[in-house]
Amino acid sequence: MDIFAIVIAALFADNFVLARFLGICPFLGVSKKTSSALGMGLAVTAVMIITCAVTYPIYVYLLVPLGLEYLEILVFILVIASLVQILEMALKKFSPGLYSALGIYLPLVTTNCAILGVAELVIAQVAADTAGAFNLRGMILGNWVDKWFAMSYGGAVVSGIFYGLGFTLAIVILAGLRSKVDKLNVAKSLKGFPMTMLAACFMAMAFYVFTLI
Amino acid sequence: MKLQRFKEIALDGTVRQNPTFRLVLGTCPTLALTVAAMSCLGMGAAVTIVLICSNVIISLLRNIIPDKVRIPCFIVIIATFVTLIRMLMEAFIPSLYDSLGIFLPLIVVNCIILGRAESFASHNPVGESALDGLFMGLGFTAAITLMGIVREVLGSGKLFGLELWNFKIGFFSNAAGAFLTYGLFIAIFNVCYNAVERKLKHKAAQKATTVAEEVSEDAPALEAAAKEAE
Repeated sequence: MDIFAIVIAALFADNFVLARFLGICPFLGVSKKTSSALGMGLAVTAVMIITCAVTYPIYVYLLVPLGLEYLEILVFILVIASLVQILEMALKKFSPGLYSALGIYLPLVTTNCAILGVAELVIAQVAADTAGAFNLRGMILGNWVDKWFAMSYGGAVVSGIFYGLGFTLAIVILAGLRSKVDKLNVAKSLKGFPMTMLAACFMAMAFYVFTLI
Repeated sequence: MKLQRFKEIALDGTVRQNPTFRLVLGTCPTLALTVAAMSCLGMGAAVTIVLICSNVIISLLRNIIPDKVRIPCFIVIIATFVTLIRMLMEAFIPSLYDSLGIFLPLIVVNCIILGRAESFASHNPVGESALDGLFMGLGFTAAITLMGIVREVLGSGKLFGLELWNFKIGFFSNAAGAFLTYGLFIAIFNVCYNAVERKLKHKAAQKATTVAEEVSEDAPALEAAAKEAE
């Protein structure tokens, strides 16, 4: 499959929010203003890339050889939580400007199902793919360089990037829609979440068209 | 425990603070799994069990866990129970395990469970926390199963996997249908909730006025009694 097809799928047809229903909480909660939606989207993208890049080697080179696959949930959630903490501290120290834009969204990202979801999806692909199996002899003989840059690892990181951008796209569009929708004069019981859901419903219909291509 | 407190927790969990319709928490599985009513029941049961267990453990440890690292502690406790449930389900109910898919491990980051740990279990005794977990879980299960029944009947003409008729509206089993159904359900729930609340308030107000009238009727008699006593 060429890279263009992967990108289109991750951004539109297989959009994390509107097709896979992952990360709905921030999608509904942090979409009142376009600027905060963009901040949240970029924070999610950043954490998603790092998560994909880190959890994949941990699973393949640590958990599988030790026979500890059943601990994956515990290990992943701890790794993600500490990564987010480190990222927050690093941003605060080295780039206060970026921190003031993204910082407040980072703690929220920890308990975001999109992040754990992307890690689980990538691992599910690895489990299905026997090429990801551990080979000690191959590693010692220098085969590990090939393995490191093999399509499965590169694919994991690339899908992290574009799933994150797909999330950003969806949340920014919803924020734009909500700035209009929230001003509409509708019945009292429809105000708030129900109207947001209806806006998301029309977005989902629009994104669904891409699966027909 | 007093009956009054029991009633309060039960009503809070299932109606007044219904996690799906009032608090709008745990939305990801709600939207994704309501295609089929059976997987909703399974998801509800899994969430309820995890919620009860984690609430009990967190409530037991509430005086030991330091305040600053409480969130990581909660997450580790919840993740342990989710791992247990996942292994049990994979071994004994493999068909349900397959239909829940990625949403089973994602119970860890379900906001209902972390939310109850943070707002209830971490400063309430064990018995009350267990009850809160039970009723919150039941509220969640009832809500998503109801939505699952509506979407399954309309979207694929089936009910709990049984063929009903040959009429289907494909829209309802799509992503867009999930958002529409959820939005309409919240709106309908709000209408009913507000109507019932208004009625209860009206009744309470009426009761208060009748009590006040009774008191004012009794007042002269009381005065007479007081005089006699003098």
